[in-house]
Formats: sequence, C-alpha cells, structure tokens
Amino acid sequence: MTSVPTGPIDPLIQARGLTKRFPAITAVDAIDFDVAPGESFGFLGPNGAGKTSTMRMIGCVSPITAGSLRVFGLDPTADGPRIRARLGVVPQSDTLDLELTVRENLVIYGRYFDLSRGEAGRRAGELLEFVQLAERSGDKVEPLSGGMRRRLTIARALINEPDLLLLDEPTTGLDPQARHLLWERLYRLKQRGVTLVLTTHYMDEAEQLCDRLVIMDKARIVAEGSPRELIERYATREVLELRFSEADREALGTGPGADPADRVASGDDRAAPGESRHDGRGDGRLDERFAGLAERVEALPDRILLYTADGEAAAVAVHERGLLPESVLVRRSSLEDVFLRLTGRTLVD
Amino acid sequence: MGSLLRIAPLPFVAAPRAGRLVERNILVYRRIWLVLVSGFFEPLFYLLGIGFGIGSLVGTVPGLEGQALSYAAFVAPAMMASSAMNGAIYDSTFNVFFKLNYDKVYDAVLATPLGPADVAVGEVAWALMRGSLYAVGFLSVMIALGLVSSPWAVLALPAAMLVGFTFAALGMAATSFMRTVQDFDLIFLVTLPLFLFSGTFYPLSAYPPELQLAVQLTPLYHGVDLIRGLTTGALGPGLLVDAAYLAALGLVGLAIVSRRLEKLLLK
Repeated sequence: MTSVPTGPIDPLIQARGLTKRFPAITAVDAIDFDVAPGESFGFLGPNGAGKTSTMRMIGCVSPITAGSLRVFGLDPTADGPRIRARLGVVPQSDTLDLELTVRENLVIYGRYFDLSRGEAGRRAGELLEFVQLAERSGDKVEPLSGGMRRRLTIARALINEPDLLLLDEPTTGLDPQARHLLWERLYRLKQRGVTLVLTTHYMDEAEQLCDRLVIMDKARIVAEGSPRELIERYATREVLELRFSEADREALGTGPGADPADRVASGDDRAAPGESRHDGRGDGRLDERFAGLAERVEALPDRILLYTADGEAAAVAVHERGLLPESVLVRRSSLEDVFLRLTGRTLVD
Repeated sequence: MGSLLRIAPLPFVAAPRAGRLVERNILVYRRIWLVLVSGFFEPLFYLLGIGFGIGSLVGTVPGLEGQALSYAAFVAPAMMASSAMNGAIYDSTFNVFFKLNYDKVYDAVLATPLGPADVAVGEVAWALMRGSLYAVGFLSVMIALGLVSSPWAVLALPAAMLVGFTFAALGMAATSFMRTVQDFDLIFLVTLPLFLFSGTFYPLSAYPPELQLAVQLTPLYHGVDLIRGLTTGALGPGLLVDAAYLAALGLVGLAIVSRRLEKLLLK
C-alpha cells in the first residue's frame, strides 16, 4: 500500500484537459479530475459518454490525444509497464482465458506480474476463497455463470495486490444476488485501503460504492460531487410521482403524443396560476395545474414527476386542486433523478 | 543490414517478459498434447510415400557436392524443414487469430506490465518451439532410417529452429492483417506451393534459370538448402547465406507483429 504522507496528499490520478480523439469522434473532451488515495471514485454517464475511453487511458492501454494524465505521479506514455504493475483492471467485457482453468487463469496472471509460481499459487487460492469460487478452481471458464466469471475477473485483477482497481461496469448483466455479493467484496477492498475507480450506469451502484463521482455526458464532465451533494444540488429531497388515467392525461396535454419539449416545466419561473384548460398548449396547462406545488415538474409519457422538498404535502395540494391521479408515490430522490436531469431522457445506443 | 539493426533491437530489448506467454501456452497444451502430435506425422508420411516409394523408381540424385545420394536421403531434410515450417505456422496463424480476435487473450495480457513486443516475441518463441519439437522427432526418425550421412546433422536442429522462427514471425505478421477466418485460405495458397516447389522433391537445377531465382527468394528454399547441407555433409558458405536470410526475414516479421499488435490493441 501507498504510505500516507503527512503533508497534503498527492492525488493517485490527476487529469488535466485529458482528451481522446478517434478518427471519427472525440470520445473524451478535455476533462479534469483528481482521485485521492483510498477514495472510491465513479464515472457515471450514458453509453458513449466517454467513460470507457477514460478508463483505458488510466489503464495505460490507450494513448492520450491531448492534455495531461498522471497515475501514481507517473506518465502513462513513458511508464506504462510501471503503472500497470500496480493496477488491477476489470474490463467491461470479460477477457478470461478460456483455454485455462479457473485457477490457472489466476496463476498465469500472477506470472504476468512477475510473481513466483509459489506466490502466484498461494494468492490464487486465497482469492478464490475471497470471491467464493474455490470449489470451481479446476473447472474451465466456459461453463461458469456470468456472475462467477465477473467474480473471477475481479479475483484476477487482485492477483498483484493493486493499489488502484479500475472497474468498468463491474456488475452489468448480473442478477441481484451476484451484484450484492460483488458490492460487498468491493466494499471490503475499499476498507483495506484499495482505491477504486469505477464506471457504471446503475445509480444504486454509484450510491453504494462511490465516495465521489463525476457525471459524464457527450465526452465532458457535467457534474462532480458526492452522491448526496449531487442530489442536493440537482434534485429535490423528494419526488412525487403521479399516474393519471388516459383521459386525464389527454386533458393535461401530457399524453404519449405530446411534444417532449413541452413536457418539462419549471414552477419557479412561471408562477401564474390559472384555470384555462383549453388553450391547446400542453406546457401551459401542465404549468397551470401544478404551479406552485413543486420546484420542478416533469411530464413523462406515463406519469408526472413533481420535484419537491415535501412529497406528502404536494400530494395533498394536488388533491385540493381537484386533480385525481390513479396512483400516488412519494419517494426520496436518487442519483437517477440527477443523472436523468443532467444527461436527458433520450435513449443512447 | 542498417535498417535491420534499427528494428531488430525493438522486439528483443523490449520483451523481457515474453517467456510468460510461452508458459501460458505450455499450460494449455499440457492437457491437449495429442493435438501437437498430429503435426509430426504429415511430413513422415510424405517421407515414406515419396522418399521411399517414389524413391525406389528414382534411384539416386546428385547431392549438393555432386555425390550420389539416395532419393530418401535427399527428400528427408526437406521434410524436416517443412515440419518446422508447419509447426510454426499452425500456432502463429490459427491460434493467434483466435486469441487476438475472439478470446481476447492479448487484451488481458496488455493490462499487465507486458507490452505488445512481449506478446510478439512470446508467441513467436512458442511457435518456433512447436516447430522445433517436430524437427527433433523427425531428425530421430531420419537417424533411425539411416538417412543422415554427416555428424554436422546435429546442427540441423538449431537450423530447424531458425526455420521455425522465420515462419512463426512471418505467419503471425500475416495473421495480424487478417480480418476473417476465410482469409486463412491464403495461408494454404502460400504454404502448399512452398512445400512442393522449394527444392523439396527435386533439386533447384531442375528449374529454368529465371525460375531458379524466384525459388531462391522463398524462405523455405533456404531452410531446405540449409538442413540438407548439414544432414548430407555438403558444407559451404552458401549455408551461412541461408541462415542469414532466414534470420533477417524472421526479424522483419517480428517487428511487424509488434507494431501491428500495438496498432490493433492499444487504440
């Protein structure tokens, strides 16, 4: 482990104006961030936001196009092997060696890191226990379930006792049991002082694992902070979700046919209450019906979201205005609300 | 030679951990060693069928120094060179293609301190080891059948390793440009004529002069000439030219592999 210095702690990763351009696109566009030792840091963003490109540059398997990047204070361009010797990498899609057994995968990976055969074997045994795969150690990789492969990939990434673990969408495609087991294992690593850097588009994962995170959208960082800070800054404490009958939605002008641009209205800048239902403009009607009830109102094809500090009070006020939703749900707002607000609801493939 | 010296150090100096890849392949083949055996029989069958079978009709051929040589003793060193070529080609083409494009073995390797040059040197080293294994087996058969007439034949082994190195490096370089499995038909299109026409079954003098020059440019011709010279005891400076030519081609191939891997995997 890195010893803790007495002065200000040097960042484990430091990026300034970090840029990655491919012939057709700019994948990462001049981003700045620091990751401190022992921290658990997340990159959130929709597909194509530049998360994986950033991870690959940190992992020294993708040369940077512009800007500067330091990992452990070293330059990936010049010191790739020295940096990689201290990294553990869990790539987005598993790259396990299908021609080897579970245990051999770990042992040979240890050999790539210059461990002696004895040491690699000893660590392989421990890690198989750690990820609960000891009884599969002699099996080939092929028949393992997705969750088992993921656990094996994480075990493999730990064979060199890395100071920094890079996890690119560690739990995508896993069932809830497998995800929770992985989270618990990652939490234990964090307790041991391993720095975690992960990408995800699962908000619950980010809230579970990240001390601090950045939200990326279209190759840039659009927000940065702890999960709680981001929720406070970009969302309200609670969200009131209302579902209306088909007929009521038509009347409100928020049916599936409505123009999405008309669906978001802010209560702050248009406070005038009114009753004119038939002006033919969706946003106008929406505004008027919910004006003053919430900080922000968002109409989705199937429901209306009211962002407010007090969901219960807003629900009561909705009823007082004579609106009768089919169902009412009050929930705490989550990172997902922040994420959708900042990166939009348009589907990205 | 100047440009060669510039590119040659790259794979060798920059590849201190290449042996790890060899270790990985030994782990894999420890379980499927039977696959390895098959490559040994093909040239043996050719030796028996053509060397002895056709040889009984041919009688003797002039050796490299004009001495009369049994046809089997003439064909055998060529089969040894071919087996080294085949062994190296098997591994450096099909296997490398799947590891590169489907199993993503090298993606995982490059996340460790190993670099593209380590992968290039490691895989070529393994392929040449496989080729050498066949050469050892074949040389033993030749000795048992009385087809070796010179003590210099002990050097046929390192010579076969050199042939393995050249074809492993060239095969892997070619593989790095292949996009689909169908492209492998091209490999046969190259190795089969090499096998048939590189002075393997009849001496170079059977060709008209202009064709002789073309044949002399092929790597297997030099492999055959080198090993035949050693097993029949026909030594001369020409053998050094053979060795130098094979080594040079191999180094060029290795440098190409190293750069291609970097381009393909470190995007």
